[in-house]
Amino acid sequence: MQLAAQAIILGVLTGGVYALMASGQTLIFGVMKVVNLAQGAFVVLSAYLTFSLFTGFGVDPFLAILITTPAMFGLGVAVHWLVLRPLKHEDVGQLSLLVTFAVALGVEGVLALAYETTYRSVQPGYENRSWTVAGLQISEVRLYAFGLSAVMLAALYLILERTRLGMAIRATVQNPTSARLLGVSSERVAALGFGLGAATAAAAGSVYGLLYPFNPGSHYDLISRLLTIVVLGGMGSVGGAVVAAMIMGVGSSIVAALASPIWSDFTFFVVLLAVLLIRPRGLFGARARGAL
Amino acid sequence: MTPAGAVRGAAFFGALCVVPLLVGPQWVLNLLIFTVMYAGLASAWNLVGGYAGYPSLGHAAFFGFGAYAVAIIFENDVGDGYAPFRTLPIIGLVVAVAVLPVAWIAMRTRADVFAIVTITLLFIAQTLAFNLRSVTGGAQGRSIAPAPFPVETYDRPFYYAMLALLALAMLLSVAIRDSKAGLSLAAVRSDEDKAHGVGVHVTGVKLLVFAVSAGITAMIGGVWAYYVGFIYPQFAIDPLVTIGMVLMCFLGGRATLWGPVLGAAILVPAQQFLAYRLGASQLYLLGYAAVFLIIMVLLPRGILPTLRRAR
Repeated sequence: MQLAAQAIILGVLTGGVYALMASGQTLIFGVMKVVNLAQGAFVVLSAYLTFSLFTGFGVDPFLAILITTPAMFGLGVAVHWLVLRPLKHEDVGQLSLLVTFAVALGVEGVLALAYETTYRSVQPGYENRSWTVAGLQISEVRLYAFGLSAVMLAALYLILERTRLGMAIRATVQNPTSARLLGVSSERVAALGFGLGAATAAAAGSVYGLLYPFNPGSHYDLISRLLTIVVLGGMGSVGGAVVAAMIMGVGSSIVAALASPIWSDFTFFVVLLAVLLIRPRGLFGARARGAL
Repeated sequence: MTPAGAVRGAAFFGALCVVPLLVGPQWVLNLLIFTVMYAGLASAWNLVGGYAGYPSLGHAAFFGFGAYAVAIIFENDVGDGYAPFRTLPIIGLVVAVAVLPVAWIAMRTRADVFAIVTITLLFIAQTLAFNLRSVTGGAQGRSIAPAPFPVETYDRPFYYAMLALLALAMLLSVAIRDSKAGLSLAAVRSDEDKAHGVGVHVTGVKLLVFAVSAGITAMIGGVWAYYVGFIYPQFAIDPLVTIGMVLMCFLGGRATLWGPVLGAAILVPAQQFLAYRLGASQLYLLGYAAVFLIIMVLLPRGILPTLRRAR
């Protein structure tokens, strides 16, 4: 019981960070109908940026977000401009998928050149502190990470609901053709949407480096988790991604605690297959054709 | 198959059969083995990714299944040295049948989600290879008993095995392309819902090509493992293997018979040259990503279809 409760707490706190990464990914899919296989690589890239800022300049990882998020937003816009926008073939969906895979490989290659392939972690000194509440351990840094993710998700929500950009994004998600007819520049929305998605990866990546050791190849592990979450939540649904991230966070953490960590990775694949068998459109699939 | 096509195929394979008897240096044959291997892999991928239009990103997992099967069965003894080759058909059949349930689920989905399912399969397979230590040896890897072939012609049996598998992949591609299943696949590729509506057995043909493709890939993985003699999870189940197959197929031209072979003939030597000149595997990764992006952006149709259109 104690073990299960502990696992649930850990799962919720981890799920929050995954929710942030997955929300960006599902947003990109919603806007552009592109499965961004580079989302995991963006997370790892941001973790390395945070690592450098911390070891080089002593910038606290939570403050580093102020630098990594805009930087990765810019990178996201640039990636869209350079490699996704020029795709004009009839199989755009298939090509863009492979192109983002190539971007992921490129990021991995750059990181491996710059940092080598040994595992790194960001250790600001409070990464092992924890509180004990009613006999349950709550890791300080995980709670901060969860709080940060909640704040960033709220900010994303506000951007989507309260700004003109958000309105344009939601319009594009719901019906690209009508949005274009009403004067929404679909290319600009796609570029900014891709940038926003990369920015969420950046924020999540800064704290990811606090929670786990990482190396340039870590994005493979991340991307399969993120894809499962996005499919479970219903592709394109930001709310769905958050709920799905919580479910997967708690589920895999319980499996890891009660069975073994080996099978917690496997949980993701089993869930993915089960979702596709039973409800191929994901949890919030009824509104999956667009709704955020 | 047209008579001209048969002659072309016979000339191609005939020439490749005599090459090892003519060339001297060992590195040439080594390069040829990998070129033929990737030509076979890309041809196998082409069945699913090209003819059916389903971009599988998980084929490296099947490659790994074959590699580990050979590594596990022939850990200590390979008999006369040809025993691993003789078990390949069984390995291919077993993998082809074993992937059917996953294929059945994955093939219910369309392009994007299909790619998601297959890429997840790849990473799960790699994680399992790392973690199921009793079966795969974990990160330490597994070794295979060395083949008792004479030193001066050591590479030849592996070369002919790869060549035979390439021929098998291409023959099956032709057989499927020219059959009713091939017509069904063309219908699936252009509009699956309409194809289903007019009574094409879409699930049947999709599963058929997936199973054939996975089986061939596993057999090639088996020969590869025997040739390299030592396998680790990160090389046996390597995303770069998947990417190699996809890239060569895209470069040469999807849904063409010779496209994957052409793609492999260009990219494998280029890749070996880059690896030789640049050394560091990281630069190699960057080079790969760059070539990939350039092909996707500038030549999305591939060489053969572009040439055909120009004519």
